[in-house]
Amino acid sequence: MKPKLDLLNYAYCRMAILIFAIVSFMPLVSCAQVITSEELINNAVLYDGKQVVYEGEVIGDVMYRQDYAWVNLLDGRNAIGIWLDKNLAATIVYTGNYKVRGDRLEINGVFHRACSEHGGDLDIHAQVIRKTNPGRPIKERLNTAKLNFVLVLLGVLCLALILRLLKSK
Amino acid sequence: MILRPNLEDIKVIGYYLGKVVLGLGLAMLLPLVIGLAFKELNPILDFLIGCEIACVIGLLLTKLCFTEKDPNWMQGMIVVSLSWLVATILGAIPLYLSGHWNSYLDACFDAMSGFATTGLTLVQDLDHLSYTHNFWRHLIMFIGGQGIVIVALSFFVKGISGAFKMYVGEARDERILPNVIHTSRFIWLVSIVYLILGTSALGIAGILSGMRWINAFFHGICIFMAAFDTGGFAPQSQNILYYHSLPFEVITVIIMILGALNFKLHYHIWTGNRREIMKNIETVTLFITVTLLFWVTAIGLQQLGVYSGALALFRKGFYQFISAHTGTGYQTIYARQFLNEWSQLALVGIVVAMSLGGAVCSTTGAIKMLRIGLVFKALAQDIKRIILPEKAIVVKKFHHIKDRFLEDAQARSALIITLAYLVLYALGALIGMLFGYPFLPSLFESTSAAANVGLSCGITNTAMPQALKITYILQMWAGRLEFISVFTLLGFFIALIKGKS
Repeated sequence: MKPKLDLLNYAYCRMAILIFAIVSFMPLVSCAQVITSEELINNAVLYDGKQVVYEGEVIGDVMYRQDYAWVNLLDGRNAIGIWLDKNLAATIVYTGNYKVRGDRLEINGVFHRACSEHGGDLDIHAQVIRKTNPGRPIKERLNTAKLNFVLVLLGVLCLALILRLLKSK
Repeated sequence: MILRPNLEDIKVIGYYLGKVVLGLGLAMLLPLVIGLAFKELNPILDFLIGCEIACVIGLLLTKLCFTEKDPNWMQGMIVVSLSWLVATILGAIPLYLSGHWNSYLDACFDAMSGFATTGLTLVQDLDHLSYTHNFWRHLIMFIGGQGIVIVALSFFVKGISGAFKMYVGEARDERILPNVIHTSRFIWLVSIVYLILGTSALGIAGILSGMRWINAFFHGICIFMAAFDTGGFAPQSQNILYYHSLPFEVITVIIMILGALNFKLHYHIWTGNRREIMKNIETVTLFITVTLLFWVTAIGLQQLGVYSGALALFRKGFYQFISAHTGTGYQTIYARQFLNEWSQLALVGIVVAMSLGGAVCSTTGAIKMLRIGLVFKALAQDIKRIILPEKAIVVKKFHHIKDRFLEDAQARSALIITLAYLVLYALGALIGMLFGYPFLPSLFESTSAAANVGLSCGITNTAMPQALKITYILQMWAGRLEFISVFTLLGFFIALIKGKS
């Protein structure tokens, strides 16, 4: 009977270790909670040096610096600078501007309140990135109401010019 | 007895106001070029609407109020103060039409902030704003920095005597060249030369930082216009932090300092008199205040260990500090970081730097270095008078382009304007506190608005009370024009109501 009990204990131990490992690494896997820029900026001291998950749209330019790159991710309220490997940055296709909705990325990385590597910048050094929503060009539709208003005003302007010319004669 | 202004007064004011409005309408053609280049259809329409409205109003005013008379002092001052209000209302039209401002008041806030070279902003989703609108935001800073009326002086006004009154009304009481039209053209020449050099330097820095060349040069010209005119707008929501680039920060610091120097000093440096920079009371005062106040700010940052290394402390601390002192308002930290992370001592250093500003006849706002220098010289003179025997004659000299004796009238004038600024800062802080904001943040934001700086600790946002937005608009206006023309306008309205014909 004794060896059977040992076997049972061993199985319990393995299960406990497995459960502990899953619980411990849970924040690092996909179900980790995304933190907003507002929360990061307002509680920068609290999150300093911690592993965080942040999500936002790539805006502006992807700025390559040798083996790394800077991208700025806008989560709707603020944009935060992300320092990442150039190979990770290479997966970015669209960057946001007036005519483009940029790729939406989820970043898993280390948050720095005042990064000593980057002159005190508030930034995140990304380790893993995941594209949650690909970007796309935005089709600009001509606003006909504005166009009509332009034409009406053009008529008024011409009238004002004609009146001015006639009166000066 | 107060005399009621007559029809001739109103005609002269209307005529010159019309010219300024026409100039503004024509200035809106420049963003149209950007819109055509980037094929941005709706922004082009926004600017066509703005341009047409301004031109119609300008044409009507110049026609209905046609006169060949030059404006007198009162009329010139009123033209200036009204021009800034009308330019704000008209300049806000294309901004509001873009849909990036929540209300017309918000668009007017940004237009005044732009023209007055302040830099506080209420724009929404700036990172998706069109190139056309973004260019206009920075262009109005460039126009405002030179002086809205100076634009009209340079291109539309032929008469010289009337021109000088409007030149003074825009807080520029120094003529660089004997003729005021030539002076305003020289200011444009200086600005254009630096524009080419600054844009090139920033564009190259942008490319080296990894930006696309088109964006690098677009950002270069925008950042130059806002930095040289000590404005503080930037094309992206993160302001200068967006670039994550030391060269970019160094170049903007140089441009900010150039913008904070007197145009008269630029003239002397350009004509070979480089020693003037070492002797001038303004540069000497600037050097002293920068040294002392940065020392205060740095101690404040060191107290809480905000930045771990000396390099980070200097890079963050000095950048925000010099941006505050020159009245630019560029930031490489988030607004909330000021309150959340910086110590009160560091914030006091920044607030005092903001309240002082740069040189007279520059693009900065605030009290300005010449007045600070004169007030301290006058104080030293009075102390000497007390210490020395009664029969001793105490004279105080200062060097500003040439050696001058300090006269009581000069000292009194400097003290009155200094006092007026202090009252304006305090008044804005008081109104902020009435809306429930704490003392230091209220004072920070009020000083930033009234001194035309643009640094924000987070109070300025679209959700703040409407009355506070209006307060800051008025502070930016009064602070930029240095009170005299604003007081003249108030007097004009009182005379309209209470005056006798």
